[in-house]
Amino acid sequence: MSELAASAFVAKDLVPPRNAPVRTTGFAGLVRTRLLNSPTNIILTILGILLLYFTVVPSVKFLLIDAVWTGDNRDACLAETAGHTVGACWPFVEAKFSQFIYGFYPEPERWRVDLTFGLAALLLLPLLIPRAPAKGLNAGLFFIAFPVVAYFLLHGGGLHAFVMSWTADMLSGLVGSIGTAGRKLAQYGSVAALAGTAIGWIAAALAVLIWPLTALRDLIQSSSHPLWADLAASAVIVSLLVFVITGGARNGWRVLLTSLGLFAGIAVVIVLLELDRGGLPIVGTRRWGGLLITLVVSVTGIVASMPIGIALALGRRSTIPLIRVFSVGFIEFWRGVPLITVLFFATYMLPLFLPGNFTIDGLVRVLIGIALFAGAYNAEVIRGGLQAIPRGQAEAASALGLSYWRTTGLVVMPQALRHVIPGLVNSFIALFKDTSLVSIVALFDLLGSLRASFADPVWSTPTTLFTGFAFTGMIYFVFCFGMSRYSLFVEHRLNAHRRT
Amino acid sequence: MAIEARPPPAQYVAKLRRLLGGRSGWKGLVVQLLFVAALAWVSYEVFDNARDNLRNQNIASGFGFMSQTAGFGVSQTLIPYTESDSYTRVFLVGLVNTLLVSVIGIFFATVIGFIVALGRLSPNWLLSRIAGGYVELVRNLPLLFQILFWYLAVLGALPTPRQSVSVFGSIFLSNRGFVVPSPIAEAGTTGFLVALVIAIVIALLLPVYARRRLFNTGHLLKIWPYVIGVLIGLPLLAIAIFGKPFHFEIPALRGFNFVGGARVAPEFVALTLALSTYTAAFIAEIVRAGIQSVHKGQMEAGASLGLSRGATLRLVVVPQALRVILPPLTNQYLNLTKNSSLAVAIGYPDLFSVFAGTTLSQTGQAIEVIAITMGVYLLISLVTSALMSFYGWRIGRSMGA
Repeated sequence: MSELAASAFVAKDLVPPRNAPVRTTGFAGLVRTRLLNSPTNIILTILGILLLYFTVVPSVKFLLIDAVWTGDNRDACLAETAGHTVGACWPFVEAKFSQFIYGFYPEPERWRVDLTFGLAALLLLPLLIPRAPAKGLNAGLFFIAFPVVAYFLLHGGGLHAFVMSWTADMLSGLVGSIGTAGRKLAQYGSVAALAGTAIGWIAAALAVLIWPLTALRDLIQSSSHPLWADLAASAVIVSLLVFVITGGARNGWRVLLTSLGLFAGIAVVIVLLELDRGGLPIVGTRRWGGLLITLVVSVTGIVASMPIGIALALGRRSTIPLIRVFSVGFIEFWRGVPLITVLFFATYMLPLFLPGNFTIDGLVRVLIGIALFAGAYNAEVIRGGLQAIPRGQAEAASALGLSYWRTTGLVVMPQALRHVIPGLVNSFIALFKDTSLVSIVALFDLLGSLRASFADPVWSTPTTLFTGFAFTGMIYFVFCFGMSRYSLFVEHRLNAHRRT
Repeated sequence: MAIEARPPPAQYVAKLRRLLGGRSGWKGLVVQLLFVAALAWVSYEVFDNARDNLRNQNIASGFGFMSQTAGFGVSQTLIPYTESDSYTRVFLVGLVNTLLVSVIGIFFATVIGFIVALGRLSPNWLLSRIAGGYVELVRNLPLLFQILFWYLAVLGALPTPRQSVSVFGSIFLSNRGFVVPSPIAEAGTTGFLVALVIAIVIALLLPVYARRRLFNTGHLLKIWPYVIGVLIGLPLLAIAIFGKPFHFEIPALRGFNFVGGARVAPEFVALTLALSTYTAAFIAEIVRAGIQSVHKGQMEAGASLGLSRGATLRLVVVPQALRVILPPLTNQYLNLTKNSSLAVAIGYPDLFSVFAGTTLSQTGQAIEVIAITMGVYLLISLVTSALMSFYGWRIGRSMGA
């Protein structure tokens, strides 16, 4: 024991402090660990710096330092007048700005476009902010009311009839067409004649069935104010139907009030836009252009492709063989062909398939093609979401006695859609970018307006092309990048419970 | 005494229900019947309207136009074509052009995509940021915008043939495209080509042999010197024996344009550039996701075995990542092929441009022309995805998964 104590070493003075460890954080740490820590990395860093030097410096120089900011025509952007090498020619963008935004929309009517853009922003912003209240009302306004208002604002024109007349027209047209088909089939003889006669009988029965509706339409059309009569009739009939379906006198009052309020809102819009007196002057879609077309096509495509996508995704997972086969075939077909062939299909082939007296606007044709195309892509994204929902969810719902539609609508679909928001936003970004293809089928969207503006000899300088591309590129980038960042934000928010 | 298992009761009705209506039974059958009726009615309407409209507008129908004389020129043809050839020939010319631009585009897109992905994953901070910036920029701009940018702004800004940029006095860049020396065959061509083919076959067989040897004996052969030796030596030997295989015709400026040499059209260059850089951004993200899906421990295990970073990536990480990468990569290849139809915007004579563009406007037979075009793209899509899923299946098998 004592031996140990004697030999025990007790330090007399302090051990000199060791050097602080090499910094691995902060700027110096970054440089040390991630830029210059090995010969390979040093070479890579030098390469990177060179790459940046040869791309960023000329771009900045072109866009800002050497740029010309004021002028009236091409002379301002020539090296001789400017006295130095000329970069971006911003007066060109200034002169063509309204063409980029509105296309050939008549100048005195452009407030309508601005108002539509403003309304869209006003409704869209609270929809995108998760904390903003009244999401249901907001979504309803944006997805259902806004498109209608936007149509009458942008296109103009008034209304002569309303839901009752439209429904009656559509149903009687359908029945008539079935009857014609039956008659034509009956001419072929033997078995076809039998089937044709049967179809004719079905059509006749249907005609009797919809007789009250057509009679009501005739009554409305003969009144002094057909639109208001129709609106009143629709309000009464629809509200009563909704009232009875949702529980009648016991708990249908709330829905009844909502329905009546909805029709009152429609009446207010009709009065505001003077739809009953012809509405705003009509601006045909041929005169639309620029960013307006880009936004109209992409927003309509996004909104219209969602129900198509949901229907196709459900169809693909249906247990009914024919529905499944049809959905699979439909999806694979649209996904297997380029969008540009779809646009050509819509532009050149669709008119041939419609009755001869039935013309359909060029923009609408393109919209139909884009909605079908995007719907097929959305369907696959949504199917992925549906597959991610455990079977137990649907089984639990059916154990509670919910029908297929309630199971899907209340339990499965909301969860599935929530899963695939990032995927959907991806396909929306793709759709937004793809809308530029409409410039190939003679619609002057943003890109089409850009190309058209290059033809102007007043502004032809060596740098006009680059300036135009830089400006349009920025617009596209802002929209696409914004969407992708927003989807990241939503994804992050929805996955909050998964973060550890 | 053993009791024999009773056969299950005959459920003919239930079987019939299932057969006719799937899992939904009679209800499914009714839905199916209604669906078929609606489909039949719609297709009847479409057919009827199309017939009436075609008759009213005096448009011929049927595929007879395919044998008529096309009567227009095509700026780039890989197979012989003259203006007096039929529309069938035009169709083939367009198809070959589409396939050419797709294959070359896919090759460059894959190479650039892998490089960008590795750059983005690189430990070097600057490099990963630059790669990330490239991906973000390129992915968020429309492809048509990029094609037009390359075609109008970049290639359009090249000087006229008179002031063309020359590389080593034999390659000329101008706004009429690239003019490169073209090889003219001489006496020794056959021998040279045969030697080249043999060299390539040997170069492909050597790794297989080395691999087999590695698996059987555990010895890793160093084969790359032999491969390079064969690839260079055999053709050189052929030249020594048979003489020079071909001489290059150097293009020269005569008057306003170049004479001699081979011309690569600016449309082709712009389209290939845009398609490959655009798709590369998507491929880079796919590859990055694939590599990140391989557990970090795999990389560390490779390092602890003494493999270099490159060797670990090549031997350990990439083979496992390929399983994740392949399906979306196939989609990108398909997208590139389909997107090549945007050539119509700049006038590169691909299938869509010469067929759905010029042929459609000359004959007016929209239904047939668009149906054929859509059918061809559909066929290309289906064949490519079949090939790629076969490849994926082989990889999956070799990984024992």
